[in-house]
Amino acid sequence: MSYIPHTDEDREKMLRSIGVSSVEDLLREIPRSLRFEGTLPLPPPLSQMETELELARIAAENGAALACDSFLGGGVYDHYIPALVGQTTARPEFYSAYTPYQAEVSQGTLQAVFEFQSLISRLTGMPLVNASLYDGATALVEAIWMASGERSGRNEILIARAIRPSYRGVLCSHLAVSGLRLREFPFGKEGTTDLSCLKQMISNETAAVVVQSPNVFGLLEETEEAGRIAREAGALFIQVFDPASLALVRTPAEAGADIAVGEGQSLGSPPNFGGPLLGLFAARAEFLRRMPGRLSGMTEDANGARAFTLTLQTREQHIRREKATSNICTNQGLVALAAAVHLSSLGPEGFRRAALISQERALELRKLLREAGGAIPFEGPFFREFVVRFPEESLKRGLVRHLLDHRIVPGIPLERAYPEMGGCLLVAVTEKRSRESIRRYADLVRDFADGKGKGAPSDA
Amino acid sequence: MLNPVIFELHKKGRAAEHLPAPETPEEEILASIPERMRRRLPLRLPEVPELELARHYERLARRNHHVEKDFYPLGSCTMKYNPRVHERIAALPGFAALHPMLPETLAQGAIRLLASLEEALAAVTGMDAFTLQPAAGAHGEFTGLSLVEAYFRKKGEDRRKVILPDSAHGTNPASVRRLGLEPVEVRSDERGEVSIDALGAVVDERTAALMLTLPNTLGLFETRLPRIVEIVHGAGAQLYLDGANLNALLGIVRPGDIGFDVMHTNVHKTFSTPHGGGGPGAGPVGVKEHLIPFLPTPRPVRDGDRWTWKHDFPDSIGPVHSYYGNFAVLVRAYAYIRHLGGPGLREVTEHAILGANYLRSLVEKSYPVPYRRAAMHEFVASAARFFQTANVRAMDIGKRLLDFGFYAPTISFPLIVKEALMIEPTETESRETIERFAAAMLAIAKEIEEDPERVRGAPYDTPVRRVNESLASRRPRLVWEDGADGEGVPSRG
Repeated sequence: MSYIPHTDEDREKMLRSIGVSSVEDLLREIPRSLRFEGTLPLPPPLSQMETELELARIAAENGAALACDSFLGGGVYDHYIPALVGQTTARPEFYSAYTPYQAEVSQGTLQAVFEFQSLISRLTGMPLVNASLYDGATALVEAIWMASGERSGRNEILIARAIRPSYRGVLCSHLAVSGLRLREFPFGKEGTTDLSCLKQMISNETAAVVVQSPNVFGLLEETEEAGRIAREAGALFIQVFDPASLALVRTPAEAGADIAVGEGQSLGSPPNFGGPLLGLFAARAEFLRRMPGRLSGMTEDANGARAFTLTLQTREQHIRREKATSNICTNQGLVALAAAVHLSSLGPEGFRRAALISQERALELRKLLREAGGAIPFEGPFFREFVVRFPEESLKRGLVRHLLDHRIVPGIPLERAYPEMGGCLLVAVTEKRSRESIRRYADLVRDFADGKGKGAPSDA
Repeated sequence: MLNPVIFELHKKGRAAEHLPAPETPEEEILASIPERMRRRLPLRLPEVPELELARHYERLARRNHHVEKDFYPLGSCTMKYNPRVHERIAALPGFAALHPMLPETLAQGAIRLLASLEEALAAVTGMDAFTLQPAAGAHGEFTGLSLVEAYFRKKGEDRRKVILPDSAHGTNPASVRRLGLEPVEVRSDERGEVSIDALGAVVDERTAALMLTLPNTLGLFETRLPRIVEIVHGAGAQLYLDGANLNALLGIVRPGDIGFDVMHTNVHKTFSTPHGGGGPGAGPVGVKEHLIPFLPTPRPVRDGDRWTWKHDFPDSIGPVHSYYGNFAVLVRAYAYIRHLGGPGLREVTEHAILGANYLRSLVEKSYPVPYRRAAMHEFVASAARFFQTANVRAMDIGKRLLDFGFYAPTISFPLIVKEALMIEPTETESRETIERFAAAMLAIAKEIEEDPERVRGAPYDTPVRRVNESLASRRPRLVWEDGADGEGVPSRG
């Protein structure tokens, strides 16, 4: 009877008021042949305490991961999160609230969304920001949908191959039957997008060009140039951005992006095994009425006092049905709140320091890994993430296993997504990785190459 | 200022210090980024002392309605209690701190949990397999319809029509459009169910699917479902269940047993995970055997005594999420199912139905319910008579309810009922709360007779009075902009 407040007496009284003698009487309308008989085939119920212990046991099966120094990134990053962030999203006033349809009693959520939109606008330089989408990948899908609506005579989308592989997969599943032609343009031997190839491929059939910067290898792209090529061909330019990079790196607005989308998890959310994430969606002002998803706007109440409300809802599915700009309803509201609290807590200096320290340590690790025998296939400018290729001989002898045994998670193997990149790892460094852990990573690689790496894990 | 936005609390240099300065001189670090690639735009984030920040969010929190404050009668939204213990479980570092690209050996518990939840959802619904990737209900609709589309494409059948009842959620036609398919509406009959004649007339060899909500958005069971299944399957089409109302079916009816081929669930409704003020939710999709090959990848599978991600499913539509879906939400749903088990889930549904019918019995004399049949977990009343006699709309009644400390019901939906008030109490609201809410509804009905102006002008006792929505859309101000004098002036978008 967990969470059900009714006593036998309550039930009696309620049934009497309805005029039936049992709940079964209320189910008479369901044809007997459709009824499920018996008990659902689930494990037997547990008390709250037993449930919590059982789930804690499952969490403990992942416990070894917590003892590791992780250099995983690829879209989800382990940045420092101020205490106020989690303690705010843990308040039932926020987490147990519904979508703010009744504005008069949802001012907290609505103002937080408005502040989120404003903060992301300041971060990206883009004037329009929505209340969030599911993740960076589906935000890119929405951007492509919006662009193809805006350039409706054109049905080709040119996408850099150097965008995250998970995004490439999600684009395929969402746009396979859209009638749009998705074409990839390659990256060169520097690891950055081949803009001369883009120039050759682009035509008056092209509705939009998609470039990610920092790209899948952490490298900064020539976004301004890509934007110019798109514009000259009459296509829209969509930039996939990384919000943490924008403390230091040129904004999508400065690069001339028409639409900017990104993954916002690094703004105040823990990795959570990849979800919930936060789809960031920003655009130029002229696309207001094509925006997907919710928008919170500032207005007044009947007394002229400042108030907030969901606005321009005629774009949305509950009003517009099949003519809506998107099918999205529930988005990632609480994650957007976390991002707003995160940015407001850190302020410009804190946010910039996180980026600077991440970059400082990434530069240091890159240098040390190179000294330890790793090759750096792409030398161009990057942000907090880079590719390293370890000697084949070390890999054959089990270097990765060795690092894991010593509680270093060295990076994301790139070979599945890019078969030509065997032996390459994508390595991310945030301000939370200590200089000691960075040195330890490099020392383990060097010692292993020197043949000193066998034996039991050290206590380091 | 009574209610400042965060930017009005800004003064330079007063943010708390969270991080140390880098050890390397800044110029050296920045040297790694060529000038032309650097940010030139000033980074105008607010600088607010931590105490003022905490008070800011405290103020915002107080200006929200939420489940722990009082009852949400929102029909089709299933605003049940979000158990506190789930918040503690989801925050365990063994879940929250896991990176999605960890080697499988370091994430065995997480992969196993997802596989166990897929299995549990299949047991609850009678479907054969689930994917947990969709991040919300509408994403689930899109995914489910994609599976149907892929299935017919594989079979070489050209089916572009998706049939929707006129009582369907707005996301249904929007999702159909997203796939480039053609939504076709079928009307409801005088019993509030899908018209069998109308359905028979539109279903043909070009029909891909019928999307049905069960119970439907009037809170009624489709009593002629066997006939519907016959018509749909007879034409070779698929039957899709919009599982928004699954809270009415747990342990009573399993969609997979009665003809549905594919369905989505909203775990933020049925399985008690929080709505978060607009997400994150999760919209797992379940399928019968013939659609399994098309499910999104990767899928968690058991390989001997290990759990692993399997990517190689040649007919798969591919991934629909960056990783595995809203994991932290799914952890809560799994805890809920694990806690309640089969018997507990059935009690959920029985009490949801009991509560809805009880509330209806208390208010229906004043608020007529157009389809006078046993309700399932929700019912739709009409305020049309108040509109006719006193020019008071359903929305006004909803706003007046805010003054009583309640949220409003779902208003003006479904579209087939005039001045609709759609009400769903859920199993977690006590008899006392239901009675308190009914008393408020009746008091408002009386007030409409005596002083309709009072109701039309509601709300009065809320953080703000009636919000001017038309001003908001006429002059959109979607981001804050500071004036030159440091005074905040909102941007004119």
